[in-house]
Amino acid sequence: MTIDLTDRVDAEPAETTQTATWVAICRLDDLVPERGVAALVRGTQVAVFRLLDDAVYAVQQLDPYSNACVLSRGIVGTRGGAPTVASPMYKQVFDLRDGACLDPMGKEPVDLVPYAVQVTDGVIHLALPPTVAAQPTTDPPTRP
Amino acid sequence: MTTVTRTRDRTPDTTGRKRLVVVGGGMAARRLIDALRARDERDEWAVTLLCEETRAPYDRVALTSYFTGRDPDALALGDQGVWDDPLVTIRRGVAATAVDRHAQTVTTSAGTTLGYDALVLATGSYAAVPPVPGKDLRGAFVYRTIDDVADLRTYVETLRRETDRPLRGAVVGGGLLGLEAAGALQALAVESTVVEFAPRLMPLQVDEGGGEALRRLIEGLGVTVRTSTATAKISGTRGRVARMVFAEGPALPIDVVIFAVGVRPRDELARDCGLPVGERGGVIVDDACATSDPNIWAIGEVANIGGRCLGLVAPAYTMAEIVADRLLGGEGTFPGADLSTKLKLLGVDVASFGDAFATEPGALEVVISDPVGGVYKKLVMSDDARTLRGGILVGDASAYAALRPMVGRPLGGDPAAYLLPEGAAAAPMGDLPDDAAVCSCNNVTAGTIRCAVADKGCTDVAGVKACTLAGTSCGSCVPLVKKLVTTELEKAGVTVSNALCEHFDLSRAELFDVVRVQGLTTFSAIIDRHGRGRGCDICKPVVASILASLDLGHVLAGEQATLQDTNDHVLANLQKDGSYSVVPRIPGGEVTPEGLIAIGQVAQDFGLYTKITGGQRIDLFGARIEQLPAIWSRLINAGFESGHAYGKALRTVKSCVGSTWCRYGVQDSVGLAIALELRYRGLRSPHKIKLGVSGCARECAEARGKDVGVIATDHGWNVYVGGNGGFTPRHAVLLAEDLDTDTLVRTIDRYLMYYVRTADRLQRTAVWQADHEGGLDAIRAVIMDDALGICADLDAAMAVHVDSYEDEWAAVLSDPDTLRRFGSFVNAPDAVDPSLAYVAERGQPRPATPAERQDAGILIAGTTLEVRR
Ligand SMILES: Cc1cc2nc3c(=O)[nH]c(=O)nc-3n(C[C@H](O)[C@H](O)[C@H](O)COP(=O)(O)OP(=O)(O)OC[C@H]3O[C@@H](n4cnc5c(N)ncnc54)[C@H](O)[C@@H]3O)c2cc1C
Ligand code: SF4
Repeated sequence: MTIDLTDRVDAEPAETTQTATWVAICRLDDLVPERGVAALVRGTQVAVFRLLDDAVYAVQQLDPYSNACVLSRGIVGTRGGAPTVASPMYKQVFDLRDGACLDPMGKEPVDLVPYAVQVTDGVIHLALPPTVAAQPTTDPPTRP
Repeated sequence: MTTVTRTRDRTPDTTGRKRLVVVGGGMAARRLIDALRARDERDEWAVTLLCEETRAPYDRVALTSYFTGRDPDALALGDQGVWDDPLVTIRRGVAATAVDRHAQTVTTSAGTTLGYDALVLATGSYAAVPPVPGKDLRGAFVYRTIDDVADLRTYVETLRRETDRPLRGAVVGGGLLGLEAAGALQALAVESTVVEFAPRLMPLQVDEGGGEALRRLIEGLGVTVRTSTATAKISGTRGRVARMVFAEGPALPIDVVIFAVGVRPRDELARDCGLPVGERGGVIVDDACATSDPNIWAIGEVANIGGRCLGLVAPAYTMAEIVADRLLGGEGTFPGADLSTKLKLLGVDVASFGDAFATEPGALEVVISDPVGGVYKKLVMSDDARTLRGGILVGDASAYAALRPMVGRPLGGDPAAYLLPEGAAAAPMGDLPDDAAVCSCNNVTAGTIRCAVADKGCTDVAGVKACTLAGTSCGSCVPLVKKLVTTELEKAGVTVSNALCEHFDLSRAELFDVVRVQGLTTFSAIIDRHGRGRGCDICKPVVASILASLDLGHVLAGEQATLQDTNDHVLANLQKDGSYSVVPRIPGGEVTPEGLIAIGQVAQDFGLYTKITGGQRIDLFGARIEQLPAIWSRLINAGFESGHAYGKALRTVKSCVGSTWCRYGVQDSVGLAIALELRYRGLRSPHKIKLGVSGCARECAEARGKDVGVIATDHGWNVYVGGNGGFTPRHAVLLAEDLDTDTLVRTIDRYLMYYVRTADRLQRTAVWQADHEGGLDAIRAVIMDDALGICADLDAAMAVHVDSYEDEWAAVLSDPDTLRRFGSFVNAPDAVDPSLAYVAERGQPRPATPAERQDAGILIAGTTLEVRR
């Protein structure tokens, strides 16, 4: 199911090219504009969002405020010019581009880990940081 | 624990302080204690309150609401936390029996003696009973305390069980109290006759024209009125009242009689200890509320101030404030009584203010009398027709709030303009001077309200109420307070913003209207025309709810799916660990054994935690997102449908078992509850909506805690609106009585639809109806008298809702496209979220705590039990 696409890294900015492993996740068409999906990548959960202009962003799926893996289920919108997602649990708002917490709802701001994304031939790819990339590439567990 | 500690603290705490004893736990006493505790910053005084009644001070003014609510606690006054204050001791059911002024002690009915440094007499009045023969028969009542009304109710209800004919009652006295009492008899479904000695009703407050208008309005409500009639005696059979005999004319058969001929001050303690009392009673006090004994004060109805006793709560509160001030070394004096009153008697507005009877020389009267519309309005003006002196309003007192503060000031404009029906023309609002009293109950001036906005940063009516107490007693000044606040905010350059969020400048109600009128059907079209950006978690669900209320398609269809909160998006309730709960609809809480077994089997197969909800249904917890379709296909096969527990929508219609089983039930509450739940299921609204139906006045379904509560009567249904539990519990208020089922349903249709259309985001019905211009009366006019001409439209909208209802879950299961949204992971739709972990507790799963997660040994993995399909 997971395809290693390390051969395409030259298309990416130098910063990520040196360390990242690119992994194909799903087709762009699998996502509805302005909604997110969860992806399971080598045991790590990632929230992936598609916007109206087909830009795709990815951040960690774990909501740091509730410790539940739910951010892909939040409402997508904007704050000023920034594309955002609001946690479905306690409504903190995050910038989808860099994971910055824009509205901590009265708590201490905690930022999210952002993931670089590339869409090639209608397929969404995520750049995995080395720690995640080092996990075994077994298929995600499915229910018996 | 805390209470125990507090009680122990009490004794040491109070030593070394000055001792205040307050006799009489009524409305004046309550205000005194609040004022004193708020201002006594150095905790100089320890207060003991002696209450002859067995309860803490309550709202006597609202006594008649006991017949609609029947809950004495609903009459409680103010914050009950004050009775936990270590410097306040309340002795319920303990009367003061004597005062020894030399020893400075009070003897109580409990046999104890209390020393005092200051003593306040706040003993109020007792209801006078005229010396007519037969006044002591059973079935004769007075109308003053909760015990009085509870006894009256019990008597009537017992009698009703023994008699099959309609019960008849009479009220002696056609003043304020008499009409209140007639209202009580009406609420008890007793035919009533008001007998008044004077030639008109409310002779103290209104003139002949007003009395005539009032009579017509009250007779229109089915109350018989006999003026210029003297009661000669009450005759009885077997010790119970049976007939009322008059000085002239035939006798009146009666089952119950209420004396409401006036009140007399309870000045017996003062008399016995030698304090001077007035000729017609009442403890004589000066304008500081001090008696001739420097350590004794008197406040409220028992005080004889300026040569008379005052039977209204506003002057009682003023006196309480003065004594609190004096006890702390202040110099407050009584400014003279404002005897203005605005009342709602049997639903009829009556207001009387200033020099209502035009007694000042040269006074001119401007009168509008509309016998057909049932309205009588009179303004009394100075001889040059410029200065307002007073007035009387019967039938429509909406101008009262604006007029009363203008007494003694130039009106600025044609006086008649103030008397036109509300909305006909904007009354010319003369600039209210800063010293004009706006709230007479709490003595708050226009200046104080302006200052609360300008200097204290209040930005809305609620803030001003909290800060100044304006509008917190009788509430008649709230419209004026609102006007002042808005004007002041505008002056300060603050635009009063109802904006939904940064994306929309419109409020929810405004947005609802433009969407409906312009026929917009998508979020993109709406935000393009009326907003900016791409929305957020505030405005998107609002638009989704508006589109759903207008029945513009399935909540998960097309772009609408992107607007929904996760609960609405996956039609389940998100729980703290990211799993969901599932609630099948169980209309009216009625479920077959087969249904129960089916739900139990689903819970068992999917490893779900089960709990009965407060809304009489069953909540299944711990469902993973990818399990939801399988769970629902099982539930749907067993005959269940979505319960909309996830939506801002109708939740449940709770019911008691009603007349089908219950010994007391008078109507089929379960049948009605089911019909209502099936009618309104799926209705999207600004906030969740709950209904309740009780089969009789015992109210086992707690319907008055619901947005719409229906209570069966012998003649049909009473409907109450605007109740809720939660953070700020509210009791629903009576909207209409004795409706037949069709009228009831139509009334609820309109109430709900009007709410859905005009309420703000997340505004529950209680707040909506309180904030609605003109309050519940205005809403009643809209939905029952079609005051805005929109009833046909509301009815049609509800018909569309009822006709287009479909079960959302059935729709989801038949649409493969939508079903894809329930995959756990886009790249592994059936994989179990590895972060979920559960432990067993009392035989069921629950989410593991962080500590338990460390200890993997006790974890049940996510509920991956074998599933029977
Ligand atoms: C049905 C009804 C409707 C009303 N409507 C209005 C209205 O619309 N507007 C308005 O302004 N006013 C209204 N009033 C009048 C208003 O309720 C009174 O003016 C107000 O309650 C007076 O307060 P108070 O504290 O002086 O007396 P109360 O509230 O009567 O309190 C006196 C208390 O002292 C207790 N007491 C007496 N003697 C002793 C003793 N020796 N030891 C211990 N306790 C003692 C009594 O039991 C009583 O509880 C209404 C009254 C009634 C009954
Ligand atoms: S409210 Fe009345 S009918 Fe319903 S259960 Fe209670 S007593 Fe019976």
